[in-house]
Order: sequence, then structure tokens, then C-alpha cells
Amino acid sequence: MYPRAFHYVRATSLEHAVALLGEYGDEARPLAGGASLIPLLKLRLAAPTVLVDVGRLDALAGIARRDGHVAVGAVTRHVEVEDDAALAAALPLLHDVAAGIGDAQVRNMGTVGGGLAEADPAGDWGPALLAVGGSVRAVGPGGERVIPAAELFVDAYTTDLRPDELLTEVLFPLPGPRSGSAHLKFEVRAGDFAVANCSVAVTLDDAGRCVAIGIGLGGVGLRPERVGAAEALLRGQVPAPALVAEAAEAVRTCTDSFDDVRGSAAYRQHLGAVLFERALALALERAASEQ
Amino acid sequence: MIDPMTAPATQCTITVTVNGRAYTRTVEARLLLVDFLRNELGLTGTHVGCDTTNCGACTVHVDGRSVKSCTMFAVQADGRAVRTVEGLAPPSPFGRGAGGEGALHPLQQAFHELHALQCGYCTPGMLMSALYLLERNLRPSREEIKRAIAGNLCRCTGYHFIVDAIELAARRMRGDVE
Repeated sequence: MYPRAFHYVRATSLEHAVALLGEYGDEARPLAGGASLIPLLKLRLAAPTVLVDVGRLDALAGIARRDGHVAVGAVTRHVEVEDDAALAAALPLLHDVAAGIGDAQVRNMGTVGGGLAEADPAGDWGPALLAVGGSVRAVGPGGERVIPAAELFVDAYTTDLRPDELLTEVLFPLPGPRSGSAHLKFEVRAGDFAVANCSVAVTLDDAGRCVAIGIGLGGVGLRPERVGAAEALLRGQVPAPALVAEAAEAVRTCTDSFDDVRGSAAYRQHLGAVLFERALALALERAASEQ
Repeated sequence: MIDPMTAPATQCTITVTVNGRAYTRTVEARLLLVDFLRNELGLTGTHVGCDTTNCGACTVHVDGRSVKSCTMFAVQADGRAVRTVEGLAPPSPFGRGAGGEGALHPLQQAFHELHALQCGYCTPGMLMSALYLLERNLRPSREEIKRAIAGNLCRCTGYHFIVDAIELAARRMRGDVE
């Protein structure tokens, strides 16, 4: 399978990349690792005439801690997050997400920014970013802007990014003490797309109440959803079993779903609720052990 | 010489080091790395299986990291070091077979001894994924081995002998057994 012929250009700087995307607009697509884009090109679901290779830009690489955030450069490979033990301790769901993506080769090729920009409905980074209330930084001809996760995902494979904008950095706020987080997914076979996935981030007070709670659900709807209704039920409360069951019901019904070869709409919704309960339990366990 | 660093081009001149030797070729921008290796360089040890990032038969190392070469353009490997299955065993002056057998990489030797293949189609990719694991962890558990080869499909063996062979190669590479 071969993509339609395209022009390739390797950006030499962030400014160069932005200028190229500005010049070619929706004729161009940025190429980072290629793990998401190249399959789309081979299937001819995307057929840009220009590929702007940003995969080697140092300005987009690496993981830093700054201003209370973990800032992950857009072309950081999943494996770099997976291998960062300090990061796993600070925000465990980042490790859950990275270590669970595809297989070793895909984690070596794929990038965090690329996965978010592709906005596959079953992607893992979207729910995680929603659960922690993160954001992405994007640069275009008009300058830079920060897009909150809640505004990033428009539809399946569609984000708020404009064709001439480049996602440069992903910002995950670092939680305070007594916090825990987890990301779980269910896949029919190893490396397959998830049928459903769920991220939960929670911060407890001394009485065991959820002072902060974030829930992101993926694979069920056509875009990752932040489940505000379930968060509202749990916020300020001790997560007792009856309340968690009520929140799980809110997760189950938070979005329409669809039937496909991996499962029916009803099955997906059910699975989302089950994964929520398990991810919450794991996040609470991690919050309790963190102290 | 067409320089993809300056302007978008459909043809790009690239230099890729494969198994220690530098190759310079002018290729179509959309040429996949696996086809560059097989058709441009004649290194047919790397196989095309599914061509959809699933099966892992095309696994090679790029700058020391395992990747699926059906999902990478050759231009992305420009200036990089690629290692393929041909780079595992050092070349023997006697060629394949007589006198050359002893030169197999410990992973190849273990696959051979323990029948970790039937049709052999997945084997080059399996070896490169196993190598990626053992370069990082010479004491992998069976679970860690299974996770390391999760991106490589074998439709013959049921995987048990493959896991056995990787365990044996790991033992030999850390010097536990002859």
C-alpha cells in the first residue's frame, strides 16, 4: 500500500515549520513519528501534497517540569514517557497511558503530540489530558495559543487545531499531595485499538473526600469526553460504594456510542463504566499510598 | 542533489547507514523504509507481512530503537543508523553453512536449536524485537518476553518455543550456560 505521491520537507526550526504550514495550509500535514499519520496516508484517508517533517526539531522534544506542569514536547515518543520513572511517580496515569499504547515498536515510533493531533476516538492521551485538566500549546502564523483539553477535541479525527497550526507542547498539571491517577483500557487482543478506556485523577483531603476529581472517557463516543456529571457527584464527597455506582451510571450514559466489529454501543458504554470504577479504585489506592 | 532541507521535494537524496555501511540513494519521498532495504539495497531478510503496522515482520532498529519499517518513510531514516536481521551474525568468510554456522547470534542459535519457527516468515522481526529487549534487560521474565514480542505475530508456533528461545539466548548472553 502506498500513499499518494507527496512533497517532503524537513523543517530546520520551529519557525521554518510554521512558515511551511502557513504557506501550504490544508495541503500540508506535519509528520512527527508517523505511527498515526503513515497508516492514514497508506489507506489514503489522508492525501496531503506536502509533508512537513517536524520529528527532529529539538524545540519540540523532551519532557520538562515547569510552573507546576509536566511539559511534554509534541514529538516526544511514547517510550520516553514510559521509561521516565520520576514522571510515573509524580503522575502515574502518564505511565499507564504510555506503557499501554500499541506495542514496543509503536511506542518507539509514535509521539504524544501526534497521538493527540490525530484524535482517534480510541486514543489514550485524550482521556488522560481531560482527566488532569491539561492543555496543549500550538503555534501558527498569528502566534501562540494554549488550547484547554476540553476545547481540543471536536469530533472523530478532528481537533480545534487549524491546518496552519502546529501542536508544540502538551501540558499536564502536576497534582498536590494525596493525589492519585490511573488510566485503564480494554482491548480485544494485544495492540488492538481499545474498545473503551478511562482516565481518573483524584486529590483527597484529610477526611478522604475528593477535593478534586477528573474523569476522561475514550473509545465510547466519537471523541474523548470529560465526564462532568460524574465528577460533580464525587466532588467534595467520600467515594463510598453507592456514590461510585451512581457516578459509574453517569459515565455509562454520558455519550452516545456506536456499533462496530469490536462491540455494540451498549457494550462500549457498559465497559466505559466498568473501567471508570476500576480506574477510580486504582487512583484512590495510589492517593492513599502517596500521603 | 536534491536537498529536502530547503524545499519540498518528491525525490530526496538520503544517506542511511545499514549494518555499519553507509548507502546514499535518491528515492521517492513516499518510499517506505522496508522497501528501501529490500528493493534498493537488496537486504531481503526484513519481511513485509501485513503492511499495516500489525504483524512486526518488518521490524528493524533505527538508532537503537525497534520500529516497524512498513510504517516509516526511508527519508525519515536519512542520517540514521539502521540495523536489520542481516546485521545480527557477523559475516563468515566461508559463507552460509559449513564453517559459518558457529557465527550465528545467540538469539539465532537459540531459535534454531529450540525450533522457535516453522515457516520462518515472522522470524527476522521476532529476532529484532527480542534483541531490543535483551539489549535493555538480560534477565527478562517470561511475562516481560511476551510483552516485548506483543508487536510480532507468529501464526505457526503458538509462541511457546519463541519465548523459550529468547530465555535461552538471554541465559547464554549473560554467561549462565554454554
